[in-house]
Amino acid sequence: MSLLLAAAQNADAPVLVAQNVAFGIIAAIMVFGAVRVVTTANVVHAAVYLVMVLAGAAAQFILLGAEFVAVTQVMVYIGAIVVLFLFGIMLTRAPMLGTEKPSRDNWIVGAGTSLVMLVVLVYVLLDGFGRDKLPADLAPTDTRAVSDSIFGVYLVPFEVLSVLLLAALIGAIVIARRD
Amino acid sequence: MLLNQFLLLAAVLFCTGVYGVISRRNGVLVLMSIELILNSVNINLVAFSAMTNAVSGQVFALFVIAVAAAEVGVGLAIVLAIFRNFRTVDIDHVDLMKG
Repeated sequence: MSLLLAAAQNADAPVLVAQNVAFGIIAAIMVFGAVRVVTTANVVHAAVYLVMVLAGAAAQFILLGAEFVAVTQVMVYIGAIVVLFLFGIMLTRAPMLGTEKPSRDNWIVGAGTSLVMLVVLVYVLLDGFGRDKLPADLAPTDTRAVSDSIFGVYLVPFEVLSVLLLAALIGAIVIARRD
Repeated sequence: MLLNQFLLLAAVLFCTGVYGVISRRNGVLVLMSIELILNSVNINLVAFSAMTNAVSGQVFALFVIAVAAAEVGVGLAIVLAIFRNFRTVDIDHVDLMKG
């Protein structure tokens, strides 16, 4: 309901050309990177293309005014997760020459599945949200509001998440340990 | 900016990630494709957060990022364990149960 109200209020918002151009460029980079992640034969190149997608996502977050999420995205994803991936690539001595075929034999099934899903999603999104506009005066979200929300309304999920991280840490050590 | 442009971008990324999960042979690359999927969901959450001017979407995006970090840690540990036992990370060769 609030979605409809917000859409009605901004029905005559001016088109923000610069933001749309920025969105288009970043989106093109992200889609190109994502396609290369799932098609390139070189595993290290895939990690670099993944960085491209993740940085693009951070840029989109800034475009949407979510600065704290963007900074967290850069720190956690690009700073930690991609490094973990590179460690995994090195430790598993994955083929880096790109001579092996990158896809399984059932890639055509995967392509069909994702294409069908894409068609359904695009239809549903266009049908459901049409030309709903984001607020024209998209101000950056106050980080204080985010932290108030985390430590107020979402305190219990936050604590559960902490325990989950601890469990994942211990589980990863137990699984990867040589014994 | 339209809301739909972000949602459509996220849909494209999601489907690319699904294709990667199904079709890649290298276990590490499957995990990377899962990251693509989680990221597309994050874009959706933040876009709706901007749309409704509510901060909950951003909080959920942060939670998703944290869960993704945990997932990558455990997932890479599993891939390492597979590598140690099978001497390969090609998931086509991890078929002891012939399922």
